[in-house]
This record gives sequence, structure tokens and C-alpha cells, in this order.
Amino acid sequence: MKKATFQFVLRRLLQVVPVVLAIAAFNFLLLRLAPGDAADILAGQMGHATVEFTEQLRREFGLDRPLYQQFLIYMGKLLTLDLGMSHLQQTPVIDLIVDRLPATLILMVSAILLAVIVGICIGIAAARRQGRLADNLISVAALLVYATPAFWLGLMLIVLFSIKLDILPSGGMMQIGAGHEGLAHVLDVTWHLILPATTLGLFYVAIYTRLMRASMLEVYGLDFIVTARAKGLSEGVIAWTHAMRNALLPVVTLAGVQIGHLLGGSVLVETVFGWPGLGRLVFDALLQRDLNLLLGILFISSVVVVIANLVVDLVYGLLDPRIVHR
Amino acid sequence: MSAPVLDVRSLSVEFESTLGTVHAVRDLSFSIGEGETLALVGESGSGKSTAAMALLRLIPNPPGRISSGAVLLSGRDLMALSEADLRGVRGREMAMIFQDPMMALNPVYTIERQIGEVLRLHLGLSKSEILAEVVELLRLVGVPAPEERARQYPHNLSGGMRQRVMIAMALACRPRLLIADEPTTALDVTVQAQVLDLIHGLKEKLGMAVLLITHDLGIVAETANRVVVMYAGRKVEEGTVGEIFADPRHPYTRGLLGAAKWEEADGDLLREIPGTVPSPFEMPSGCSFAPRCAEAIPLCRGAMPELKDVAPGRQVRCFLAEGRGHG
Ligand SMILES: Nc1ncnc2c1ncn2[C@@H]1O[C@H](COP(=O)(O)OP(=O)(O)OP(=O)(O)O)[C@@H](O)[C@H]1O
Ligand code: SF4
Ligand SMILES: [Mg+2]
Repeated sequence: MKKATFQFVLRRLLQVVPVVLAIAAFNFLLLRLAPGDAADILAGQMGHATVEFTEQLRREFGLDRPLYQQFLIYMGKLLTLDLGMSHLQQTPVIDLIVDRLPATLILMVSAILLAVIVGICIGIAAARRQGRLADNLISVAALLVYATPAFWLGLMLIVLFSIKLDILPSGGMMQIGAGHEGLAHVLDVTWHLILPATTLGLFYVAIYTRLMRASMLEVYGLDFIVTARAKGLSEGVIAWTHAMRNALLPVVTLAGVQIGHLLGGSVLVETVFGWPGLGRLVFDALLQRDLNLLLGILFISSVVVVIANLVVDLVYGLLDPRIVHR
Repeated sequence: MSAPVLDVRSLSVEFESTLGTVHAVRDLSFSIGEGETLALVGESGSGKSTAAMALLRLIPNPPGRISSGAVLLSGRDLMALSEADLRGVRGREMAMIFQDPMMALNPVYTIERQIGEVLRLHLGLSKSEILAEVVELLRLVGVPAPEERARQYPHNLSGGMRQRVMIAMALACRPRLLIADEPTTALDVTVQAQVLDLIHGLKEKLGMAVLLITHDLGIVAETANRVVVMYAGRKVEEGTVGEIFADPRHPYTRGLLGAAKWEEADGDLLREIPGTVPSPFEMPSGCSFAPRCAEAIPLCRGAMPELKDVAPGRQVRCFLAEGRGHG
């Protein structure tokens, strides 16, 4: 790795630290500010909310100490990834999350890759045919997809591909009881992934298609495209190298910004498709008012988003040398 | 005289716009011989860049269109070539450098990649050959530490260095004709002379023809052999540098020279030709220069003067000049 690149990566990594600290502090405040504390809730849930019992719980959780001490304890625990217990499931929150996180990550990464790759390709195709029939059809299709609610799309896909055509599974992450291993397992998961990833990603395909088209048209107006033509390069090569490389930059930026939204969207899609990820856990935690679990998920999701943004920034640095060398 | 490297015949270029058709270049003819530098001069908007782009058929369509003309490169008409054959000419037999070298280079690719692309495309060089040749080319155009520069990006280089890179890229395949569209306008004054010397030196060394587009008559005097003066899309005068400077026949050429002399005498006081270039949508019916011409006679407003040969290789488009050769 070149020195400038190494420094760039290091700088970005260091920027992550304060962000994560801020999220943790925010999380802590939410925990404190919520009406009634964990002791109240738990005592209520256990059905004997006497003052004495609640006070006892409070001492157990350290809720009777000064706020700053509680904060330090909280941060200390975070460092060891101790997010406390899920009051209802009587399991460490971190275990519940670690159990569900991979499924969500798989879904998210598939959806975003689908959206970015397909969006870029269609966007380039549209830009190269600006104003012609194909371009107009793509614009209309993108607008339709853009306006389609994800849950409705998900249900329609299930009806079409699982129920009517019976070629794709309607839910779950793998075939129950099949016990596939190795490649067969990967294929099985991929098979189950197609519908949820499409449902989650299609909206973003529409967005990136439109953005990529606009970005390509802007790049086509720049001087170095004329240089490329004067060199004797074909329009195809110009589109897929010189123009694309520059036009990608806004798309990558937006993709970075939208990772948080995508995570939010996956909660919904996971519920529709019975995908065993964080989304279902959020749903359960909300229904059962499991505050510790909810905040644990919030914290880990924020960290995931921060790391994803870091990855996006690094990709951006790879695409645009001006960033790295600044 | 041997066949010219470039022979342009009756080239016309139009742009469609909501206001009407702009005739950016009209009936333009000129030729350039081997080892010769032809300067194309004229005020902004006179159609110089449009003419240059049309030579390589790089006019954006829409809105532009080459409406007529032939462009013969060593006898072969580029207007009759297929797109694929034309791409074989671009960058190989006819190369171009532009005004702003920052904008003309792709910001996300290394210098090596951008010069190497031409070598791979036209000469089919391998990866290792490309690196060696890129370094050689950078050395040829006077870029210091070429091995290091080759791996850098345009933003790592100064304006003058970038223009040298553009020149290296243009010369990669030893083209017969180099088109330089205001190659020094965007550069510092001190760097301008270096870049011009470089183009001139390389022209001598490689024996190519050069079409030099410029506003700057000082540059013309130093580097060109012949001059074509354009006004509102048309050629109004042509001659050798000596003829044009010593005996300008067209009032517009005299105006340009007068403006240049004043500029030299007193840097701050820019004397310009009074008036402005007519809007392409409101061309006067007679001579397009008539509204600004101090010497105009009634005839000038009624009819467009023809381009007349006044001596071998010497042409003028002005009613007054037609008789002057004899007197
Ligand atoms: N893409 C375009 N669309 C519409 N009109 C154009 C386009 N390019 C050039 N023109 C018109 O063609 C005419 C000639 O422009 P051109 O750029 O060739 O002039 P120029 O002599 O190179 O001027 P400058 O010295 O400013 O570079 C102008 O009237 C301009 O408005
Ligand atoms: S023809 Fe008339 S108006 Fe035109 S340049 Fe000559 S003298 Fe001036
Ligand atoms: Mg120009």
C-alpha cells in the first residue's frame, strides 16, 4: 500500500472513534431519559411493582449511583461488548444480536450490490441513448419502481414467484431440515435471498439508475471526453471507462448516505419474508418493550452504518485519487 | 510542390438552436504542407475551434452538423470514412491538444494510463513496452523525472506540465498533423513560451504539419509559416506570415494587427477593434465586417465580397483589396 493511501485509511479509521463514542453517549442518554427506568419496567413485568422491590432492582443495576458513574460503567461495559441482558429473554443482548446480525448483513450487502451494479449498468445504457425510446422507457420504469412500496412489491413477488410459478421460496433463509453443507448451503441461502434482496434493492436500483444517467450526461459534457474521442477511442470504451469512472463518484456517495435507510428498510423486508435477521429482533423488542435489547440493536446498527460508511469512503478513495492525496 | 498533408475544401459547419441555425464555419478552404505551421486567427466566436473539431469529425451531433466539404489527409477524404476507420485516424494520423490541460486530462487516471491508452489502441504495444514508451515520450516533451510523473495523476502536475503531457499524448503515434487549439492560453506567461518552443521544436524534429489556433499575433509571428484570418465563420485573408504582417490587405486583419501593436506599446491600454462580432442570427446582408469597418463603401452593405486570389497563395475577401494588388 502506498504511503498516501495508508495515511488516508488511518485518518478515516481514527475519525470513526469519536463517532462511535457519540453514538454510545446518545444511547446512554436515551436509556436515562426514557420515562421510568429498567427497574420500573422489569418490576412491572414481574407483576410485583412494590417500591421496595423496585429499589432493590435499582441497586442491582447500579441505577442509584450518580449519573457520571453510571456513564463510565456503561462505557466500560460497551468496551467489552457487554450490552446488558435482555430482560425478557434472559439472554445477553450481544448474543441475541450476534445471532441475527449475519443474516441482516447478507441481505443488506446483496441488496446494495444489486442496486449499485444494476443501477449503474442501466444508467449508462440510458445515458448513451439519451432522448431515444430506450432511454424514455427506462425513465418510466424507474419512476414506477420508485413509487412502488417495498412491502407491496415483496408480497407481489411472493405471489408471482412462489405461489403461482413455484420457483422461488417465499420465506426463511434456508430449507428447514435439509442440513445442507458447504456449497450446497451457500446455494440454498442464495436461493432464499433472491426475493428479499430484490424487494429491498429494487427501489435503490431506480434511484441509482436515474442518478447514474444524470451523472454520465454531466461527465459527457467535460473536456476530457473530447480528448478521449480525439484519441480514437470508441464510444463504448469511453462510456465504460473514462465516463463511468468519473460518473460513479456521486453514486458511491449517495450509496454511503443511504446505508442507514437501507438498514431501516431491511426491518420491513425481513418481516415480510421471515428472514431471520435483526429486523425481526427489533420487531420483537418493540412489541415486548425490551429497552435494553432495543438500545443494543440501535448501538450495533449505528456501528454497522459507521463501518459501512468507512468502507464506502475507502472505495471512493480508490475511485478518485484526488481524495487520497488531499 | 508535393501533395499537402491536409487539404480542406469548402468546409461548412452548422449548429441548430432554438433561435435558428448558426453557420459557425462557412465554405472554409486551406491546406497545410509537411513541416508547415498554419495559424488560424480571429476573434472569439469566429469559428476556429469549430473548424478544428470538424477536421476530426468531432462536432457534437446534435446540435452540430458538417453540412458540406471535404477534408483530405494525405489525399484520403476523412468525410467519406466509416466511424471505425475514422477512429484509426484520430490520435494516430491527426492528433489534437486543447486550451485547458486541466480539463482535457481525465482526473481519475494516471498519466501513464492516459498516454498508454493511445499506444495500446493504435500501436498494439504490450504493457511493459507501454511504460518504457510513456517514459520516453515524457522525456521527449521535457517532463522532469518521467518515471515518477508517469505514475502520478493530473492534479499532481502544474499547468505547464499537464500541457506537456497532452503534447506527449498527441505525439505518441507520430501523427502527420497536430492541431493545437490555443495551447497556451490557459498557461502562465513564462510557461507559454516554453510550450510553444516545444511544439515548434518537435514539429521540426518529427516533420509534421501543425494547425495552430490562437488569438495571439505575437505567437503567430514567432511560430507560423502561413496565416488564415477568420471572421464570423469565413476566411477573410490568407498569406505567409511575412505578407500578413508587412502588408495586411483586409481591414479586419489590419485591425487585429493594430490592436496587437497597441497592446505591445502599452500593456494596460487594450485597443480593440471598435464594435463587436455580429450575432450569428443577425448577420448583415453584405460584408459581415461592414458594421465595424472604417473603410466600408456603400457596395459593402449590399453584397458579400468573394474571396479573391491576389497573388499565389494569397487571398483576400474585401472589395477594396481587389484592385490594390495593381496599385
Ligand atoms: N456546441 C455548440 N452548440 C451551438 N453552437 C455552437 C457550439 N459550438 C460552437 N458554437 C457556435 O459556433 C460559433 C463558433 O464558435 P467557436 O468555438 O468555433 O469559436 P472560436 O473561434 O473557437 O472562439 P474562441 O476564440 O472563443 O475559442 C459560435 O457562434 C458558437 O456560438
Ligand atoms: S468589403 Fe467593405 S466592409 Fe468588408 S472589409 Fe472590405 S471594405 Fe470593409
Ligand atoms: Mg475556440
